[in-house]
Amino acid sequence: MIRPDADTLLEIVDLHARVEDKPILKGVNLTIKAGEIHAVMGRNGSGKSTLSKVLAGHPAYTVTGGSVRYRGADLLNLEPEQRARLGLFLGFQYPVEIPGVSNLEFLRVSTNARRMEKGEEELDTFAFEDLVRERLQVVQMDPAFLERSVNEGFSGGEKKRNEILQMALLDPLVAILDETDSGLDIDALRIVAGGVNHLASPENATLLITHYQRLLDVITPDYVHVMAGGRILRTGGKELALELEDRGYDWVDQELAVLEVA
Amino acid sequence: MVAAMSNSAAVAASTWVTSFLERLPAPAGELEAVQWRGREALSRQPLPSRRQEDWRFTDLAPLTALAPAPASSSAQGSWPAPAADVFRLWLDDSDDLLNGQSLPAGLGLLSSDEVQQALGHTLAACNCEQHWPVELNQASATRVLALRVSGAVAPTLELVSQAAEDSVMRPVRVLLLLEEKASLEVLQIQLGSACSLSSLVMEAHLGRESTLRHGLLALGEGQACFLGHLAVEQEPRSHLESVWASHGWALSRFEPRVVQVDGEATTTLKALQVAGGQQVVDTHSRVEFRGPEGQLDQLHKAIADDRGRSVFNGAVKVPRAAQRTNASQLSRNLLLSNQARIDTKPELEIVADDVRCAHGATVSRLQTDELFYLQSRGLSAAVAAGLLKRGFCEEVLRALPAAAAAWRPLQRMLGEG
Ligand SMILES: Nc1ncnc2c1ncn2[C@@H]1O[C@H](COP(=O)(O)OP(=O)(O)O)[C@@H](O)[C@H]1O
Ligand SMILES: [Mg+2]
Repeated sequence: MIRPDADTLLEIVDLHARVEDKPILKGVNLTIKAGEIHAVMGRNGSGKSTLSKVLAGHPAYTVTGGSVRYRGADLLNLEPEQRARLGLFLGFQYPVEIPGVSNLEFLRVSTNARRMEKGEEELDTFAFEDLVRERLQVVQMDPAFLERSVNEGFSGGEKKRNEILQMALLDPLVAILDETDSGLDIDALRIVAGGVNHLASPENATLLITHYQRLLDVITPDYVHVMAGGRILRTGGKELALELEDRGYDWVDQELAVLEVA
Repeated sequence: MVAAMSNSAAVAASTWVTSFLERLPAPAGELEAVQWRGREALSRQPLPSRRQEDWRFTDLAPLTALAPAPASSSAQGSWPAPAADVFRLWLDDSDDLLNGQSLPAGLGLLSSDEVQQALGHTLAACNCEQHWPVELNQASATRVLALRVSGAVAPTLELVSQAAEDSVMRPVRVLLLLEEKASLEVLQIQLGSACSLSSLVMEAHLGRESTLRHGLLALGEGQACFLGHLAVEQEPRSHLESVWASHGWALSRFEPRVVQVDGEATTTLKALQVAGGQQVVDTHSRVEFRGPEGQLDQLHKAIADDRGRSVFNGAVKVPRAAQRTNASQLSRNLLLSNQARIDTKPELEIVADDVRCAHGATVSRLQTDELFYLQSRGLSAAVAAGLLKRGFCEEVLRALPAAAAAWRPLQRMLGEG
């Protein structure tokens, strides 16, 4: 939902980043306001996951230029955990398996870290179990997953649901979902999309990173951005996604080639 | 590189043994003959040195810094109360090992004739009766807890030993004879602090179709050192599960040795050892199959932090007679500092041809992606690292007998008191 008077949550200006010595982001500009749903599309290797990890603060990526403001304050000098506590959420393209760490315990510790930041009271084990059982319904997940180690032995779809469950518990202001749709069958896709729609509100915003139109059939974006060569090459409404589906990415490559020569 | 022992160190080592022997009271009691034997051996056998392959990575300096002498009794610490299904014995060398309690059904003390006959049998079968730490125990132990196990023993037998004063040595000697189809769960708690030395020698003979679940929680502090030997003989279709965890010792050396006398038995070994500070923690295990169709499932885990040093040597012997043996050994290590060291070595000696033997060893740091994942959910770097370490430990600790929970093994392993 686009409202001109909505608060700006995230403002990315001319962001450059590299991994080791390799420049990957080459001037990303993107502004996200409360209530909006953005989709970022682009070929494999165009820098989508890098953008999401730079925003979340992954130590492997070095910002070499530009700025990111989150609710008006500098985001890039915050530790990853501070960003999370302040309401920035990254749903991983490849959620990490953590053997020996109980999923339930992990969810409780992270939920409490976020609650404390919001000035809410910490939940004890019992209160947390009530909350988590309620939020499990958002993703229609079996409570048995709570007893297992974080993501260990989960199928691809189960991992993605676990990501959305975390999002449901952490109540983020800006949720970046990196290819949450990939590897999902159509039922799982509906469940995940249903969860995202359920959690979207006028106060928060969502940035969906995806390859495919099919996610955008169930979650309607306000803006669609096309990423190529570490930049956002073009921005439009939801019809841009349909155009990409029709025409493929070849024209994007051509535009990029022109740009890189210039 | 094999460090050559300097002359002065060699002299110091022999002086250490001599003065240790001088501090011992005259041999007496039911183990008098064993004491003579051990002292004889110590006076001939020098302290192990790093020139010996078996001790290559393990510096005994923390041990030679101690001046231990056997103490007859010591104050009991503030221990957790035993749960209802736990039968606790405090092994403090006092005259009555049972402290006036009567043994639970299925457990009986061996007569002294039986002790004379059986003691040392399994050590010899496991080829370790002449090991230096064993002789040190034999030279000084005045009591042996020798039990016959028949039928299924319901409560967990908990054996607690504590050495908490400077210059104290506490030798513990245990002998278990499990009759056919008997089953027992034993939890050993070894506590050491100050400048003390804890020594453990345990022998167990597992009759056909018997089951021994054994847990050893060795918790040290300060300068305390621990030397332990576990020797087990398994008859066919017997089951051994031994889980040990060691933390906090200036020096800890544990040598579990298992012989499947006719194969066809199952052996499960799980271990977790933690070396921080300047600590040295060493496990030398050895499993030998003397008949066909034996099974081994071994997992050894170690964490080395600060300038700590962890050593694991896992020998598995599969001679020609041991066809269709199925053995797996995995060593997983977490290296948390640049100054810490981990030496891990499988030692598989396989002669039989129709066998399945898998082994693997990994040494890794905390994974950046795992840490980042947890941090991206609001956990501080320190909490995230703590959770990952905990996850690493749990896999072994949850296999300890349930009674171990009262001793808070996880908190102890993580150094959280
Ligand atoms: N940690 C990394 N190490 C090395 N190269 C990386 C790393 N992360 C990303 N890259 C490279 O950066 C480029 C963009 O990758 P990525 O951001 O994952 O793209 P996308 O998510 O759009 O497929 C690719 O060429 C990829 O190989
Ligand atoms: Mg990607």
